[in-house]
Amino acid sequence: MSVSTGRVTGVNGNMVNVAFSGQVIKNEVGYIRVGDSRLKGEIIRITGGIASLQVYEMTGGIKVGDEVEFTGELLSVELGPGLLSQVFDGLQNPLPELAEKCGFFLERGVYLDPLPDKEWEFTATKKVGDKVIAGDSFGTVPEGLFTHMIFVPFSLQGEWTIKSIAENGMHRAHETICTIADEKGNEKELSMIITQPVKVAIEGYEERVRPTDPMVTRIRIIDTFLPVAKGGTYCIPGPFGAGKTVLQHLTSKNADVDIVIIAACGERAGEVVEILKEFPELTDPKTGRSLMERTIIICNTSSMPVAAREASVYTAVTMAEYYRNMGLDVLLLADSTSRWAQAMREMSGRLEEIPGDEAFPAYLESRIAGFYERAGKVRLRDGRTGTVTIGGTVSPAGGNFEEPVTQATLKVVGAFHGLSRERSDARKYPAIDPLDSWSKYNGIIERSLVDDAYGYLRRGHEVGEMMKVVGEEGTSLDDYVLYQKGEFLDAVYLQQNSFDPVDSVVPVDRQKESFSILHSILSASFSFEDKKDARLFFNELRQRFLDWNGTPADSPDFEKRKSDLVSFYEGRVR
Amino acid sequence: MQKIYTKIESIVGNVITVRAEGVRNQDLAEITTSQGKSYANVIKLDNDLVSLQVFQGGQGVSTGDSVRFMGVPMRVSYSEDLLGRVFDGAGKPRDNGPELTANMVEIAGPSVNPSKRILPDKMIRTGIPMIDVFNTLVESQKLPIFSVSGEPYNELLARIAMQAEVDIIVLGGMGLKYDDYLFFRDTLEASGASSRTIMFIHTASDPTVECTLVPDLALSVAEHFALDGKRVLVLLTDMTNFCDALKEMAITMDQVPSNRGYPGDLYSSLASRYEKAVDFEGAGSLTILGVTTMPGDDVTHPIPDNTGYITEGQYYLRNGHIEPFGSLSRLKQNVNKDTRPDHRALMDGMIKLYSAYKDSMEKRSMGFMMSDWDEKLLKYGAMFEEKLMDLSVNIPLEDALDLGWKILAECFEPNETGLRSDLISEYWPK
Repeated sequence: MSVSTGRVTGVNGNMVNVAFSGQVIKNEVGYIRVGDSRLKGEIIRITGGIASLQVYEMTGGIKVGDEVEFTGELLSVELGPGLLSQVFDGLQNPLPELAEKCGFFLERGVYLDPLPDKEWEFTATKKVGDKVIAGDSFGTVPEGLFTHMIFVPFSLQGEWTIKSIAENGMHRAHETICTIADEKGNEKELSMIITQPVKVAIEGYEERVRPTDPMVTRIRIIDTFLPVAKGGTYCIPGPFGAGKTVLQHLTSKNADVDIVIIAACGERAGEVVEILKEFPELTDPKTGRSLMERTIIICNTSSMPVAAREASVYTAVTMAEYYRNMGLDVLLLADSTSRWAQAMREMSGRLEEIPGDEAFPAYLESRIAGFYERAGKVRLRDGRTGTVTIGGTVSPAGGNFEEPVTQATLKVVGAFHGLSRERSDARKYPAIDPLDSWSKYNGIIERSLVDDAYGYLRRGHEVGEMMKVVGEEGTSLDDYVLYQKGEFLDAVYLQQNSFDPVDSVVPVDRQKESFSILHSILSASFSFEDKKDARLFFNELRQRFLDWNGTPADSPDFEKRKSDLVSFYEGRVR
Repeated sequence: MQKIYTKIESIVGNVITVRAEGVRNQDLAEITTSQGKSYANVIKLDNDLVSLQVFQGGQGVSTGDSVRFMGVPMRVSYSEDLLGRVFDGAGKPRDNGPELTANMVEIAGPSVNPSKRILPDKMIRTGIPMIDVFNTLVESQKLPIFSVSGEPYNELLARIAMQAEVDIIVLGGMGLKYDDYLFFRDTLEASGASSRTIMFIHTASDPTVECTLVPDLALSVAEHFALDGKRVLVLLTDMTNFCDALKEMAITMDQVPSNRGYPGDLYSSLASRYEKAVDFEGAGSLTILGVTTMPGDDVTHPIPDNTGYITEGQYYLRNGHIEPFGSLSRLKQNVNKDTRPDHRALMDGMIKLYSAYKDSMEKRSMGFMMSDWDEKLLKYGAMFEEKLMDLSVNIPLEDALDLGWKILAECFEPNETGLRSDLISEYWPK
């Protein structure tokens, strides 16, 4: 295909208009030549012979008449071995390498190879003469803990035949290791690296299946009450300072998945630095290796160009789908999707589109839905399954969940973990509001028991609200006990001390054990003389439960504290 | 040879358009009007139609005035000569000193590569106990002071400028009352701090466009000093005026407003400024302390709301002191473990007791009986407010910690404080 060129006719913020000759494709990438540098952009509209590009860099210095080269390709990422443990910007520029080249600052117009041309030990799984279609694997290389599958490009059409394939052994990532031909005799050379347009979902699987298995995060309120399934979606809206990012970090450390992709989208750079400094030191609870080995960071922080922020979540989800097709469980954490939506709003404003609610574009909902729909569980051609789980934070203006991004997100996710300012001010962490939040997935504990516990929480809360009006005197003893039970559940189970080495991460078995005791306490009926008696009893019970929560499971005190706790409350059961 | 254009096609608000060729986006131009010369910068190109934002405003610009493109973007001079000087929002001298033209550097440069950032771990001492002890300011931190009109936020900034242990102070004033500008100038001169201070001052009567340039000027000068190994503290007051100027400009340019009239890119505009705060490995650092007055004392207003999502905590300035509740320095954990062993425990303990004092106050105002314990708390609260919270207190961190122990000892028995025994045996005044 011939590649078109054009010339700049106008600049407005990060939108550049270009008069082109020849053919251009919507969402095709073009480079604007400014002095010695080339600035990357993407065509987002074509009207009357003018292509409008959103430019992924600062547009200062561009003038009318500057040359533009189009590439004929959609905005793409390179996929292959070597992605893990890397730190990229929204356009897959490796940031540490960029720093080596340019120093402290992000110089514009510098694009480096995302994947190093390293040698990998290749093992062929297909042979000459085999037929392949898009998404088939023809070999593997070991990447850290995983067997990294080498795929035929996902965008290939029709059936192809392998004409040659490299010997098993060390090969460079960029070298040709396989040639394939179609019926007409067109030949194609394949390396370990494929390019994939970011806004096109990766297929190449047999079928999508319902996500059923819970993704364990070792956070009690999530695993027991508001579970997320592997292959599911969830969102965390919350006002500033309520602990969204801390919750995401905890999840990224403890979730029982194979690979975690963190898309730091339009947030503080300092938060990414914390991950960068902390993760290499931490070990993955599942494998005992450094956490960094299972992590990819896509980092387009708030002061980096806005258009690249829009691209960054797609870059991240494309990588997630790629590893999913190797039969792995991938968790994508996007922080924050509101900044991504704002990037769309800025662009829409420049395009002078008719605005919707709060000036967000009318297509906001479909874009958000399209993004979350790329999560899911799939059955692969070899019978294995792989999942992409997406968790997105939302930063609603003023902490008000009625705003468009939160509402559009709630329509498409399977679980909602709403953070409340009230709970974070009261230092109740994680500050997920248990009554507002919901989940459609099954957790580690039987649904009916969880609903039961929820009932106590809800009724206890109602009594609490009533007590604010009528006072303790006007409340019956039975109601008062309900109130105490609700508070007790909150204090010993929903809240979790993230600074306590034991309480901060609670494995599934321990959650089950402690929930069963909790549940029997909630459903027991106690005999109390009066409210003071009840209050003292629950204070003591809470203290014992919290002590038990903080005791390591392998310590000799564990069973003792548990039996102390049980005998203490059983003595009071009516 | 720079060409001069004399046909201005339109003048709308602060934006004029001329027909010109070969002009680059964001270049600087000089407009000669009957009232003198003003700068303008290119904000939009559409074929040969160039839109420029005039720093002085559109008022008095004639369609026949001449426009000369300089071929460079907005720049500011950077050298040691800046110290002690005062400039306006266009970078021109506001004092009687000479105009500086040597070593011009671009403003609003690229952002720092996140992988080159380091974890901040150096404390900035201010001599104000509510900051040093309870919410320590850390080098490379960005913190706003959330306040309301009428509170002494400029006095607080001036005190920090005089006392903070940094090499250079850059003060960016936006929409300042002229009196406030004089206050800053006179206070800093009297204290001798002006020799390490650079001021970029936009007063309330100056043109709106210049208001939006102040943070960029202040931050790019500060950034270059930081690259040269200096520890720089940038004080910005009042960021609400900056946001309102952005709003005014966006609306006159027919941009679709998003929330209460503010432009949709308010978050990005604020972030690109605040994110300039950085600690350069092997060089200096840049710390930002800004004032945000909350319209109607409403923290959910778009300006404090967007600011809160960007910054690393906030100080609430209410009723003349920094509130112990609500105020938060997210980075304090990085430094207060290395100051003195009792720092963290004393900080938590004193705040818990102060919170108990607030409860007792509430009980008293509702007419309940005061117990012995309540009386102790009331005594403690009064002393805490007088000796530590008052903004005029100026003592080093160590003295403030000792004073804290002294206050505790005067009001409580050791076991009533909830502090660890080993700390009590070491620090409790005998």
